[in-house]
Amino acid sequence: MQVNNNFEPVIVAFCCNWCSYAGADLSGTNRLNYPTNVKIIRVPCSCRVNPMFILRAFQKGADGVIICGCHPGDCHYTSGNYFTRRRITLLYSMLDFLGIERNRTRLEWVSAAEGAKFAATMQQFTEDVRKLGPNRRLEDLRCRKQ
Amino acid sequence: MQRIGVFVCHCGTNIAATVDVKAVAEALGHEPGVVISQDYQYMCSESGQNLVKDAIKEHNLTGIVICSCSPRMHENTFRKAAASVGLNPYLVEIANIREQCSWIHKEIATATEKAIILGKAAVAKVHLNAPLTAGESPVVKRALVIGGGIAGIQTALDIAEAGFDVDIVEKEPTIGGKMAQIDKTFPTLDCAACILTPKMVECSQNEKIHIHSFSEVSDVKGFVGNFTVTIKKKARFVDETKCTGCGLCTEKCPMKKVPNEFNMGLDNRTAIYIPFAQAVPKVATIDPNHCMMLKTGKCGVCSKVCSVGAIDYKQQDQFIEEKYGAIVVATGFNPIKLDKYDEFAYNQCADVVTSLELERLMNAAGPNGGTLLRPSDKTHPHKIVFVQCVGSRCDDSKGKPYCSKICCMYTAKHAMLIREKYPDTEVYVFYIDVRTPGKNFDEFYRRAVEQYNVHYIKGMVGKVTPKSDGKIDVQASDLLSNEQLHIDADLVVLAAAIEPDKTARPLATMLTTQMDTNDFFTEAHPKLRPVESATAGIFLSGACQGPKDIPETVAQGSAAAAKAIGLLCKNSITCNPCVAHSDELMCNGCSSCEKVCPYGAITYIDKEFRMPDRTTAIRRVASVNPAVCQGCGACTVACPSGAMDLNGFSNSQIMAEVDAICK
Repeated sequence: MQVNNNFEPVIVAFCCNWCSYAGADLSGTNRLNYPTNVKIIRVPCSCRVNPMFILRAFQKGADGVIICGCHPGDCHYTSGNYFTRRRITLLYSMLDFLGIERNRTRLEWVSAAEGAKFAATMQQFTEDVRKLGPNRRLEDLRCRKQ
Repeated sequence: MQRIGVFVCHCGTNIAATVDVKAVAEALGHEPGVVISQDYQYMCSESGQNLVKDAIKEHNLTGIVICSCSPRMHENTFRKAAASVGLNPYLVEIANIREQCSWIHKEIATATEKAIILGKAAVAKVHLNAPLTAGESPVVKRALVIGGGIAGIQTALDIAEAGFDVDIVEKEPTIGGKMAQIDKTFPTLDCAACILTPKMVECSQNEKIHIHSFSEVSDVKGFVGNFTVTIKKKARFVDETKCTGCGLCTEKCPMKKVPNEFNMGLDNRTAIYIPFAQAVPKVATIDPNHCMMLKTGKCGVCSKVCSVGAIDYKQQDQFIEEKYGAIVVATGFNPIKLDKYDEFAYNQCADVVTSLELERLMNAAGPNGGTLLRPSDKTHPHKIVFVQCVGSRCDDSKGKPYCSKICCMYTAKHAMLIREKYPDTEVYVFYIDVRTPGKNFDEFYRRAVEQYNVHYIKGMVGKVTPKSDGKIDVQASDLLSNEQLHIDADLVVLAAAIEPDKTARPLATMLTTQMDTNDFFTEAHPKLRPVESATAGIFLSGACQGPKDIPETVAQGSAAAAKAIGLLCKNSITCNPCVAHSDELMCNGCSSCEKVCPYGAITYIDKEFRMPDRTTAIRRVASVNPAVCQGCGACTVACPSGAMDLNGFSNSQIMAEVDAICK
C-alpha cells in the first residue's frame, strides 16, 4: 500500500475530565508539542464513551479514535475505567468484523501528572493512523468533503 | 430558535500569538444559530466578562461559547457571569484553544484551523445544552484527619479551634509521626519533642478532637459534605479506657527482645509497649507477633501486674462507622528502604546508618541516652561521612527521580550538632548540589561550613566497604579537584530519599483522589489550589503531597484546615447538576444501569403508565437519586434502550461534537 505523505488524519480523542483532560492541559502548560490532527472531546469519565460514539466518528470520517482515562485503580468514579476497558475489548472484535483496522482505535491510561505521556501518545497515535491511511471502510460517503 | 454568542479570547498573546483569533471569530460567526461573534484581549477580566454579559442582554442569547483557556480554569468564572445576567450557567460551553491548541502548536495556519474546529464543536454542543438547576445537599459538621503526624495534628487543632469536631485516625499506637523521632530541628536547632509534645497533649485534651490511634481507614463512601467512613480499630489487647499508662506491664514483660521501631530497630522493647514516654494516648499496646500469651497461651504477666485490669487478650479488631463533611489526608512519608544499595553496605555493616537512625542515636531518649556511639561496638566515632542523595534525583529504577528536599538541611544540622558536641570529630559531607532555599537556611548551611569546619566535598560516594579493623573505607571522587578519595570512616550516614507512606496508594483509591507516578497526592492546581485534591471535600496536608520540611508542613496543615473549615461552615453545598436521568417511557427496567453504578444511586420504582389502548399498566422503571449520583455516565452506556442520559454530557451533545470534529 502506498503511504500518502500529504494525508492528514482526523483524530478524535475522548478524555476523562479528571485525569486525561488534565494531562492534556498539562502538556499544553508545558508546551509539549503534538499534531493538530488530534481534537479532544471532554467526557466526565472514560466510561461515558459509548462505543456508538466511536462508530459514529468512523462513520463521519474520523481516521482514528483514542480514548484516554485514569489508570486502573485511579478512576475518579472508582470503577469507570474498568467498564471502559471491557467495552473497548468487545468493540475491537466488532471492529474486526466490520473490517476496520484495530490500530485506528486505542485505549490509553493517562494521569493528570502525565503531560509528557499524553503528548507522546498523541504523536505516536497520529503517526500510526497516518501509516494506515484514510479510513474508507465505515465512512459515510454523504459526509465526505468535496 | 437558538441565539448563540461566541467570544474568542486573545489571552494576551498566549492564544493570539499562534491562533488568528479574528479569523476564528469570523469563521464561528457563520455557524448556524450564532448571532454574535467577538474577540477580546482578556475575556476573563472584569471588562471581558462585562462584554459577555452585555452581549447576553443585548442579543437575548440562549447559549454562549467562550473560546479560551481550559474549562478547568475559567468555566466557573463564565458560568457565574452568565448567571448574573439571568442566563442559566449550564448554557455556557468552553472551547479550550489555549492548553489544547495555541500552546502546543507552532504553525498559525493549522492552529487556527484547529481552533475553529474546536469552536464549532462547542457551538454544536451548546445548541443542545439544557438549562440545569443544581440541588443542594447538607454538610456534616465533622472532619476526619487521616494521619497523626505534625501535619495532621496542626490541621486537627486548627479545625477544632474553629469549633468543629475532628477525628484523627493514626495507624501507629501514638500520634506524633516522624517529628517525634527527630532529635533537633533546623534551622533553629530547637528540640523537636519540646515543640511537638505540647501540641500532642493539646490534641488529647481538646474535647473537639477525638484520636483513633492504632486505627486505619478501611472504607470511604459518599461525597463532599457527606462522607461515610469505616474506621478499623486494630486490636491492641489493652482496654484504652482503663489503661493509665503507668508502664508497669512494660517493665515486667518477659519478652524483651523485640526490635524497637521507634528507635529504628537500634535497641529492643518488650512485647507490651508504650512507644515513647510522651506518647498520646499513653496507652500500652501488645504486639501479637511477639507476645507469649497470644502466641502460646502461656505467660499473662502483664494482666497479673495491671492494677486496673486493662489487659484483654481476647480483644478483636473493631469497625466503627462515622459521617464526615470533610477529609484531610496527612499520611506523611517514610525513608526509602536501602536494600537495593549494595554499594553503601547498609545491610552488611551496623555502622552504616540512615539519617533517621542517626537522629535516634543522638536523641536523649534514644538507645544510647544521647551519646553518639557506633551501633556495632559502642565507641565514639571520630570520622563521620555523610552521603547525600541516596535514592534521590536518580534516573535508574532503584531510586526516586525527585529531590527529597529536606536532606541537605538535616545533614547540615547533624554535622553541626556533632561538631558542636564532639569537636574532635571530623565530618565529611559528599553532595551533588547543596540546596538550601528557605528562610535562614543558607545562613545555616554556611555556618556549618565556615564556623564548624564541616568538610563539604562535591562528588558521589562510589563504594562503602567495611574493613576487618572495624573502620569503613569510603571510596569517593572529589569532582572539583578531580581526585579519588579513600576515607577511613567510623560511621557512615546515608541521607535516604523519602517516599510517600505505603498506605497512601490504597487510601487514594478509596478516596478516589489522584496521585502522581511517585505516589504523592496530586493537588487540584499546582499553584492556586495547593491543599485541595481534585476530589471535592478531600484536602491534603504535609508530605503526602510532596517532600516538605516542618515549617512548610505546618503551614500546609493550617491551610488545609482553613479550606476544610470553609467547607464545614456551610450548611449545605450545591450539588453537581450534571447527573444521570432516565427517560421513564423508554426504560424497560432491565437493571443493567443499577449493576454498573458505583454509588448505588439507581433504584427501581413501579410507575403507572397509560397504554395506547387507554388501559393503565404498572411498569418497573429506573430512577436516579440526583444527590447520590456523581455523573460518571457508566449507566448511560450500559442502558440497552438508550433511556439513560447524562445532563451536560448527553448522547446527542457528544454526538454533535463528534460530528463537528469529523466534518
